[in-house]
This record gives sequence, C-alpha cells and structure tokens, in this order.
Amino acid sequence: MATVPATAEVVVIGAGIVGNSLVHHLAELGWRDIVQLDKGALPNPGGSTGHASNFIFPVDHSREITDLTLDSMRQYQEMGVFTESGGFEIARTEERMEELRRRMSSAKAWGIEAELVSPEFVKEKVPFIETDQFIGAFWTPSVGVVDSLRAGTIMRESALASGALTVVPTVEVVGLDVEDGRIRRVRTNGGDIEAEYVVIACGVWSPKIGDMAGISIPLTPAVHQMISVGPCPQLAEREGEISFPIIRDMDTFCYERQHGADMEVGSYAHRAILHEPEDIPSIEQAKLSPTEMPFTSDDFDPQLEQAYELMPELLGAEGAEMRYAINGLLSLTCDGNPILGESLVKGLWTASAVWIKEGPGVGRAVAEWMTHGHSEIDVHHSDIARFHPHQMRREHTRLRTTEAFIKTYGIIHPAEQYESDRDQRLAPMHESQKKLGAVFFETAGWERPQWYESNAGLLEEYGDAVLPREHEWDSRWWSPIINAEHLRMREAAGVIDLSAFQIFDITGPGALDTVQRTCVAQCDVAVGKVIYTPVLDPKGGFVSDLTVMRLGDDHFRVVTGGAHGRADLQWFTRQLPADGATTIADHTDEISTIGLWGPRARDILAALTPDDVSDAGFGFLSCREIQVKGTTVLASRISYVGELGWELYVAMDDAAELWETLLEAGAEHGAVPVGIGVYGTTGRIEKGYRAFGYELDAERSIVEAGMQRPKVKAADFVGREAYVAQRGAPVRSVLCTLVVDDHTSASGVKRYMLGGEPILTRDGGTLTDGHGHHPYVTTAGSAPSLGKHLLLTYLPPAEATIGNQLAVSYMEELYPVTVGSVDATALFDPDNARMR
Amino acid sequence: MTNVLVCIKRVVDSSSEVVLTDDGQAVDGRFAGFTMSAHEECAVELAVQIAAATGGAATVLTLGDADATEQLRSALAVGCTAAVHIVADSQTFGPADVAREIAVVARDHDLVLLGNDAADSGDFQVGIRLAYELGRPVVNGVTNVVVEDGVAVASGAGPDGHETYRVPLPAVVTILEGGVEPRYPTVPGRMKAKKVAIEERTPSAAPAGPARVRLLLPPPAPSNVQILGKGADAAPAVVDLFEQLGVLAR
Repeated sequence: MATVPATAEVVVIGAGIVGNSLVHHLAELGWRDIVQLDKGALPNPGGSTGHASNFIFPVDHSREITDLTLDSMRQYQEMGVFTESGGFEIARTEERMEELRRRMSSAKAWGIEAELVSPEFVKEKVPFIETDQFIGAFWTPSVGVVDSLRAGTIMRESALASGALTVVPTVEVVGLDVEDGRIRRVRTNGGDIEAEYVVIACGVWSPKIGDMAGISIPLTPAVHQMISVGPCPQLAEREGEISFPIIRDMDTFCYERQHGADMEVGSYAHRAILHEPEDIPSIEQAKLSPTEMPFTSDDFDPQLEQAYELMPELLGAEGAEMRYAINGLLSLTCDGNPILGESLVKGLWTASAVWIKEGPGVGRAVAEWMTHGHSEIDVHHSDIARFHPHQMRREHTRLRTTEAFIKTYGIIHPAEQYESDRDQRLAPMHESQKKLGAVFFETAGWERPQWYESNAGLLEEYGDAVLPREHEWDSRWWSPIINAEHLRMREAAGVIDLSAFQIFDITGPGALDTVQRTCVAQCDVAVGKVIYTPVLDPKGGFVSDLTVMRLGDDHFRVVTGGAHGRADLQWFTRQLPADGATTIADHTDEISTIGLWGPRARDILAALTPDDVSDAGFGFLSCREIQVKGTTVLASRISYVGELGWELYVAMDDAAELWETLLEAGAEHGAVPVGIGVYGTTGRIEKGYRAFGYELDAERSIVEAGMQRPKVKAADFVGREAYVAQRGAPVRSVLCTLVVDDHTSASGVKRYMLGGEPILTRDGGTLTDGHGHHPYVTTAGSAPSLGKHLLLTYLPPAEATIGNQLAVSYMEELYPVTVGSVDATALFDPDNARMR
Repeated sequence: MTNVLVCIKRVVDSSSEVVLTDDGQAVDGRFAGFTMSAHEECAVELAVQIAAATGGAATVLTLGDADATEQLRSALAVGCTAAVHIVADSQTFGPADVAREIAVVARDHDLVLLGNDAADSGDFQVGIRLAYELGRPVVNGVTNVVVEDGVAVASGAGPDGHETYRVPLPAVVTILEGGVEPRYPTVPGRMKAKKVAIEERTPSAAPAGPARVRLLLPPPAPSNVQILGKGADAAPAVVDLFEQLGVLAR
C-alpha cells in the first residue's frame, strides 16, 4: 500500500481535472510543499473527469461561469489539448428561438462570437442532420472539445517538475482532524499527514469527505446518461477525434458529439437519478469505474428516438452499434454553481461541483484565493460560505436538483422561482401576508412578498403610470402591482417586511477595531450612528456593501442582505482578533425588520410612539430604541428606496403585532404593504442605488461605482492600499443610469429589458471599457415615478456623459437609450430632499 | 424455416467484485448492473443468425421478475422478434422448475438454445432437464450451431479435439461462449425492441424441491505479488517470465 508524507503545507484530495489544475496553479504561485492524494490510480482515478464528454460551449447567462469557462478554454489551448469544432444549439420551437436570441445578448455582453443561423447553415456543416426537425440555431464557432485527462496529467506533471508536489495515488482518506476550528491532519489508509491547508477537490465524493470534518458540501451525485454509437461511416472517413460541430438539441435536452468514428449522444431529459456519495461503488465493486454506473436503458429510450429523428442516416447507418452506454455520475448543487472557498473550518477549502468546462479556471481562481485572499475572476456566486443552514441539508440539495435537472438545457427566466423545498423560513407576519395575497419569492430560504394582490385596486387608480408590459416574457414573474405599490409609497407610505436581513452583532474590546479593519467607511462614530459602507477585498474589489449601527462603545450591529449574508458573516468572523475576547453573534433568526417609508412615514410613526421622531430629534443616519405601542423597537433612519422613514428592528415574537399596528395606523395615511419588487428594484433604481451581486462585485471598484467619499479614513482597513491607488488612477468604467427612449419592437409590441443585455452604440457598434469588457445591463427595472424604464450599466468613461445616445440589444433588436445620469447619481430626487 | 427459442436469465454482471444482498439470498446488482451471461449472449446471436439463414424467427424467453424485461428487450434489440416472459422469482425456481416452465412454451419451437449454465447459480442442468421433459435430443456445451436441411449441426471443442454433432430437429442445444461474436444493438434495433409486445405468462406450477439457505462469498483469492526488480534492472527477469509464459520465444 502507498504511504504518505508525514507533513504538508497543503493536501489536495482528488486528482481529477480540479485537483490537478489546483496543484499546478498552487505550484505556480509559489507553494512548495503540496501533497496530492487520490484513492484511484493515475491518470484516471475513476471520478467524473474520466467519463466526461469533454466539450465546451462558452456562452452562459452567468458572467462568473462564462469567465471561468473562457479562462479554462485558454488554459486547455495553451496545453495543446483543445480542438475547436464549433457548436450549434438548435431550436425546435419559437419559444426556444427567443431563448437563443437571449443567448445572443449574453454572447455579446461577454464578448463571445456567436450568430443565429438557419437550418440550412447547420446542414452545410453537419450534413447528416435533418433540417425539418428544427427552425434555427445558435452558432458558436469557438466551441470545442478537450482532453481533460491529458490536461490533468500535464498540470500535475508541471507541479511535479517544479519540485513542489508529491503525488500519492491509491490511498484513501479515512478522516480529517479539526482542532480549535482549524484543520490539522488528514488521516489516510497509508498514514496521517499533518497539514496547514487541505482542499477537498474530489467531485462526487466531496460531501462524504466534508462530513469527516463536520462541514457540509451540499452537492449530489447525479446521473447523466450517455451512449456511444458507431462506427458511423460518415464520421469514420474524417481524420481525428472531431471534425463536425457539436449539436445541442436544446428542446429534447440532448447533445450529439462526434468522437472519432462514433457519435456520442448524451441526455439531460431523463428523470433526475440521484445517488448518495456513500452509495457510489468502490473501484473494485464497479464494473467500469465508480462513476460509470450501469446504464438504465428505459430512461434513455425516448431520447434515442429523438436523436434518431434528427440524424437517422448517421445513427441508423449499417454497422453503427451502441457499444458503450453509461449512467455517468456528475455533481449538481442546489443553485447550479460550484462550491469553492474556505469552509467554516479554517484552512479547509473546497473546490467541488465543477465541470470540465470550468475546471482549470476554478483551479487557478482557488489557488489565487488561497494565496492572496482573492482571485482575478470574482467567484462569489460559488463561495461555499453562501449556504444557509437550510441549504446544507442533503434533502435540500436532493429536492432542488431534482427540480433543476430537467432545466439543464431549459429556458429559465431570470426571475424564475424554485417550487421545491419552499417555506423554510417564514417571517412572523407570514400569515398576514398570505391573507393580503402576497406573491412570495424566495431569498436565502425566506419567503418574501414580491407584491401583494391586495393592492390590485391601485392599478385602476394609477392607470398607465404602472407601466404595464404586454409581452408575456417581460411580464413573467412580474406584476404591474409592484409599480402601483411604488407610486403609493412615494405618495403616502409603504410598509415592507425585511425579515430576511442577516443581522449579527460584534461585541467586546476589539469590536471597533474589527469593524474599522473590515469596513471602508469611518466606523469610529458616536453611539447611535448608522454607517453605510463598502467592504473590500485586498485588491480593492467589493466583498459586500452593508450597514453598521454603533449600539455601544464596544457593540456594533451589522445588517446585510440575506442572499449574501452568510458570506458576510464569515468574512467578519475571519477579521476578529485571535484573543477570543471579541465575539460575533448571529441574530438573524431572533430579529425581524420592518421598513416604513414615504412622505407620511413620520406621521404614522409619531402617532404610535411617545418618542421624538422629528427630524431634529431623530436625524438621518441615526438609530435609537423607541417604544411603539409598548413594544421596544430599534429604529434606524436610513432608506434604500429614497424616502423618509425607518428600518424598525423588533424581536421576532413582537414582529407580527408591530406589522399589524403599522398597517392599521398607516391605512388612514394611505400606506399599503409594499413588496420586495419595490424595495429590490424600482425604489432603488430610481435612486441609482447599487446592489451587491448586480452593480457591485469583486471586479468593480468604489471609484467605478461612484461611491468614493472626499476622504479616505486614516485607520487601516482591508483593501485600503488598493482603494487609495484606484482613486489616483484613471477610471476604467463608470456606473451610469440609462433611460430607454423607445420600447417599440419591430412587431410593434413594446418590450422591456430584464437585465444582462449588452449596451451598444446607437447603430449597434461594440463598446469596450478599460477592463476590456463590454457594457451590459446590471439591473433593469421600472422607474414609475419617472414614467421610464431604467438600466444600470458600467460604461467606458468616454461614453459616460449625460445625454449620450446609445442602444440596448434585447432579443436581437436594438432599442435607443440615453445616458440619464453618471456615477449613479439619482434620476429621481437627486438632492435627496425626500429623505430629510 | 427454423423457429428458434432462446432462453436467457437476468443475472448480476459479474465482471467486478461480487456483492451480496444483506439477506444473503442474491447477488446485489446495484453497482455492477444486470445482464445475461456471456453464454446466453452467444446463444442469442446464434438464434438470430439461424432465424435469418432459414427465414425463420427467433423468440427470446426468460423466467424472472418484472425487471427481467430489460434483458428481453436487449435480445429483441439485437434481432429476436418475439419475447415470452414467465413472471416469477427466479431465485425460488430450481433447475427442474425452470425446465418444466420452458417446456410449456418450447413445444412449438424447432430448436431451443440455452446458455451452457447461468452466471449466478451455475447449475448446468436446465438444458438436459428440458430435453428430457420434451423428449428431444440435446447437445451440451457447443460453441456453434447451424441448421442444414432440417438438421442442427452443433460443434465445439471436446476433450479430444473439435467435435461436431448432427441432430434432427426438434432439438435442444446449450451454448458455450466463444464461437460467435455477439452483436451490439443498433439504434433502430433498440427502437424496434421497445415496440414489441412481450407475452407474459404465469408459471404452470409452484416451485418444488429444497430452497436456498443463503449465499456466502468465498475468501478472497490470495494475491501473490513478486517484485521482479526496479527500472532497467528488472528487464532480464521480465524477459524470463515472458518466455516461461510462452508469450516470447528466444
């Protein structure tokens, strides 16, 4: 049996595409004592890499996944293991054609060459396809296939050659030792390794290894069926592995990919077939490899028929037989993204749920992250810290992936909601909201009213001012009631449930130091002050933006969005001094938040409290406990919707009552319950307020986002040096608000952009910013108070001038837009008079 | 025109480590999957060839639970055109029971082909018992069969060389793998197989005779690893070994 070294700086568990890429990049970045383990033999230890179909389509609606894919393609090309074949995504229905037009938007936004083509165009390149089966296709010339096993070997050997790596195959990890919250040791059947860092990069087995250290890696092994048919004479007469473009038959959820003389047909159309990591066979028990499970032909038969209809002459050719058929295992997660980054156990990292197309890019990003604390490509959507406790359950992953599997090639609306495993976190006023006809969207497991059907009566009142949308796609997961609620809030007041806020307190002698070191804004303020602040990584990219309340000399409360709240909690936790005297406590499940905003907000609150809520007595950006009808409430005068008002923090047990009290007292002032459609989009977009994950991410700076203050605080903070340098350097892009001038499409139907669309010159020319990126819409939404549809985007500095006339491409048509404001200055109430 | 009946059994694929079910009553197929034995794959191939050569038909039969339709469809996908499924728990049916049940169906067929033995139970009995039930001639353990002028010509390796038997039809022949290369299914074949209606039958009688107590795995075969040397120093020893094995002549 193999034996392992007694110590290592870092142990990488897994020798698939991710582990191999990781050891290579760690070695490149100067790590010198790396040990890589796998329980299988090399070069194919039996994981998902070994049976992957190995093709790459670069265009994805997600920028993060696209960037990782493009970086991976570049690396595969450099290693000489990439063969460009081109690829088609074919549409059998008009609905799919529309989706392919939307794909064109993403292609243009990410700068990838692509084209919508006719069936005849496809036939010219793929002569054995039946053109009567489809109506059009999305052509990406840069699609290709890779040799992922060879790439893994090349990268592993480069790390070996540099002297930085020891590889030990055929050794199995049997335990991970954690001491004082930190990884200490990897136990294997070939001996123990003391290690400072450990990375779990073992694909479908990762949850099982994570359990050994008490961390959840919520992925599930899932079956992807694949057969190989051949030899096909039409393919055999061409040299090499691939000479015909790959076909993705999007409406049947199948692909056809040439592999030498064989045609591989893969399917995502069958039922979701999930396994537990513990039920994957051992190498000895497996017929082929542990991740090539026995083929269940009944599941595949319908796809076989559809593939045959598309390519009857090829798949029915004399002598073409089905010689290989597997239920191949791959990793799926509840949101479709990989699982990367440092876990709750210090020094224990993950790089899991990664497909071939992202493997080398992920290897580089994680290696950079481990080395510098950040990566060039922002991977926060893949951060393991994103998972809330309800998402760490295997049950959640099982239910969500079962629902999502069939959507692998599906048409997914940007606002589409999951149906499974809902109702995980209910606000105290949930019952009341149901009675009000709330339409619930989910954030971090919380059920949040997006709008209230009880407000439908306002539609008549406001008429066309609610900016109705006539196209089904534009109005899917949307309601004009959102805009009616918005108008009523601006006119009177709105009451908004914000229970999903992540709320945590930092207390102790090092509390001030901790928040000062973490936040950009000056946090050494008087008790009772509220601070809105960016949080940066060391290279000056956004980690978050959030608010901090100083509740005492040694007591700060951080309030941040639910979606990214867990990652923020982990980020602050990592900044705590090591002495243990300063602590962080998560109060998310104990405190509910209700927002009360609008010109009548003060009248409403004043009638319910004996405390002074006048401007003189309760200034903007201050917080204080007040009594509201006998209930103690922490009121914070701040606004994300640009109106006078408060966030009211209240114990969960008292929140339902406070909610009713506010609605009741508000009614006579015209106040209504208002949903997240206003809070998250219409209210903020009129004010040019940025949102993390949309306008703000690790690839954007404070300067680009237009959030720089006149001075930089003297106290040191993470990213300070980079931020100071950014302030002195030429800006590479500028956040702007664009106004859509005309919504009329060629067919006469008015169309409303939803986000992600490319911004072009008025006549359709490409724009490029100082990063080499092309501008795209980060947020799109109605601005009911302006009667306009607005788009937020980062423009090249030269284009960022008020009045500049540009265009947005939506579903392959150009619509005129004009720059309405730059540096995200508010188009609505630019002087912020209403908040005072 | 020869009507051939070929009999198969759903068994766990045995090409990897054998895993038993918790109750010890069966081999667990969830890792390796299910198949028919290699002997039966060859029997199916021969049945299809004979049917094609004589203008006859090949019917596939199995006795097994509902899942055994998977193996029937596999045989249909490579050229059988009809299928009979005797729905029963094959674990409780001994060789005499199985022979009796096949006999009920086989009387209408000119030639019955079986695998030499099942991959799981390895009884080597069903063929001979079936012939006895039917009162027909039987040839066991051949690797090839053709039908010439109403006579089955069965051939294979015997203790003293190649043996050929000529038996008048109707007859029973059990097949050893190695004589023919079983074909893989084609896409149209698989699609056609899906559409064939399988004739389902219930057993004519309950199983008789002793029942299985439980299966036990033999102790793992001792592995004898001898290190011949390292690097270039090992070369002479490797050459000697190759010579010893007869794969290299000096």
